Amino acid sequence: MSKTSSLSGRKRNERVAAYIFTVPAMFLLFAFLVVPILYTVYYSLFQYQIVRPDNITFIGFKNYLKLFTDDDFWLALRNTVYFTVFVVPFQCILALALAMLVSSKFRGVAIFRTMYFSPQLTSMVVISILWTVLYNSNPNTGLINSLLTSLGMEPINFLTNSKTAMNSIIFMSGWQGAGYQMMIFLAGLQGIPRDQYEAASVDGASKVQQFLYITLPGLKGTIKYVVMITMIQAMKLFTQPYVMTQGGPKNSTKTLVYYIYTQGFQQGNFGYACAVAAVFFVIVVIMSLSMKKLIAETN
Amino acid sequence: MTKSMKMENFLTKLLFYAGNIIIGIIFVSPLIWMISASLKPEAQIFANMNSISTFIPVQASLNNFKEVFSRLDMLQVFKNTFVYIALILVLDLLLNSICGYALAKFDFKGKGMMLNFIVALMVMPMEAIMLPLYIEMSQLGWVNTLAALVIPFVAKCFSIYMFRQFFCDIPDELLEAAALDGASPVRTFFTVVMPISKTVYATVFILDFVAHWNDFMWPFLVMTGEGKRTIQLAIQVFFGTQPIHYSAIMAALVVSAIPMLIMFIFMQKYYIEGIASSGIKG
Repeated sequence: MSKTSSLSGRKRNERVAAYIFTVPAMFLLFAFLVVPILYTVYYSLFQYQIVRPDNITFIGFKNYLKLFTDDDFWLALRNTVYFTVFVVPFQCILALALAMLVSSKFRGVAIFRTMYFSPQLTSMVVISILWTVLYNSNPNTGLINSLLTSLGMEPINFLTNSKTAMNSIIFMSGWQGAGYQMMIFLAGLQGIPRDQYEAASVDGASKVQQFLYITLPGLKGTIKYVVMITMIQAMKLFTQPYVMTQGGPKNSTKTLVYYIYTQGFQQGNFGYACAVAAVFFVIVVIMSLSMKKLIAETN
Repeated sequence: MTKSMKMENFLTKLLFYAGNIIIGIIFVSPLIWMISASLKPEAQIFANMNSISTFIPVQASLNNFKEVFSRLDMLQVFKNTFVYIALILVLDLLLNSICGYALAKFDFKGKGMMLNFIVALMVMPMEAIMLPLYIEMSQLGWVNTLAALVIPFVAKCFSIYMFRQFFCDIPDELLEAAALDGASPVRTFFTVVMPISKTVYATVFILDFVAHWNDFMWPFLVMTGEGKRTIQLAIQVFFGTQPIHYSAIMAALVVSAIPMLIMFIFMQKYYIEGIASSGIKG
């Protein structure tokens, strides 16, 4: 009798404790994550200029309709998709290649791992400033162009030509980020049983065959996960163009987040910027949901 | 093993090392150049661009660092950054861990819903909500105060999730034993669970430290006052401030990387584990 009552007492204690433990975090998530999400949608239905907060008019879906004819929005969307479509394979393949280079145990492996990871030890702002200097179009001041000219090539206007600016950002971002994904791949590689390789090697399979028929299938889940996080990261591109090109030249590096920032904070078109943010949010959610589904299918 | 096989093995090894060394050098050369330039006089930085000596700090001195510290109130900047990150981390580790623990070990109404809610919000990009969040900050009168940097980012779905995953693996027998000794669930957490969970605290700590140390966008929106800048903002502004001395800019970049480097040296194991485990759990 006393045992059951103490048991139910414990259950009650536990319930009370559960609320004490979860309410603070849940309250904060609600106030600073859920409320802003709802407000993004809410404001997107209004004409709302930040300089005139008293003058806020409901206009229904007009902000969304305006998106269809807004060339700057489509350009920003196109630039963001372009960046994502190229940086994701570049960065993921680079990361996988690096992981393969340092997956086996050999003398000095820790040094090479640290080398590949080292760009991660600096921030995106630091990397962007550094590479703006490295990418300088003058071969006398830009390290990369000085290398190109000493190899007998023409210097490239990396960041000042609208055809190359985004590609230059892609290359730099891949270099900066690959070390992170390499670490995830290394963990994934540990999950592949060694004896599979031994058996294949006894059967006379070449290293390339081993990679194609053992490593790649073994990494399926990891690859999908890495692609997903790289994709979401890529869609949020802002710091690099903000620091390196201010969205130029000729708006070739203006991204969706950049557009949300300029519309909302610089031009004060708050309602309209919220509509862009809502579209951005929906794209990211659809992307991650479909990737999650893909990942669930492999596991 | 035949002679030719030995030879082949040797060649593969050689290729492997050569590949690693070449790619490794290409990988770190921008950073080496940055460090070397930070130590050189301005006139020397671009003097020998097409020779290897551009990577070697000739006439090395710490003058550039002096310039950074005199033109940029680095101590204030570091203070701003460390205070805000310390406050976030203390609250982050406390509130998210207890929430994760409740979701792992307690039975209560609404638990499943909370869990779904956290997993769903995990992918929420801050950039999509920054406009109303900014309005919220300004309505609360928090713009340009520590509160705007700290309070909205204390609760983190990802941290809660990491804590929950870890606490799920703690055997129930251990908790029952503590309960039989008369400890309340809250007490059990602080006296029994917390002390044996150092690894997950260390992992969340380092992951969130790095994220906030590197954060640019949010401080850039809410901390516009000159004396309130965090490290990333300060160096971004310094990059565009006349006179533009590339030597001093490189020194500022190096200074901003030092705390990260120290953190990495001491917490490497947890940092790498944190990155890797996120991939395994998916």
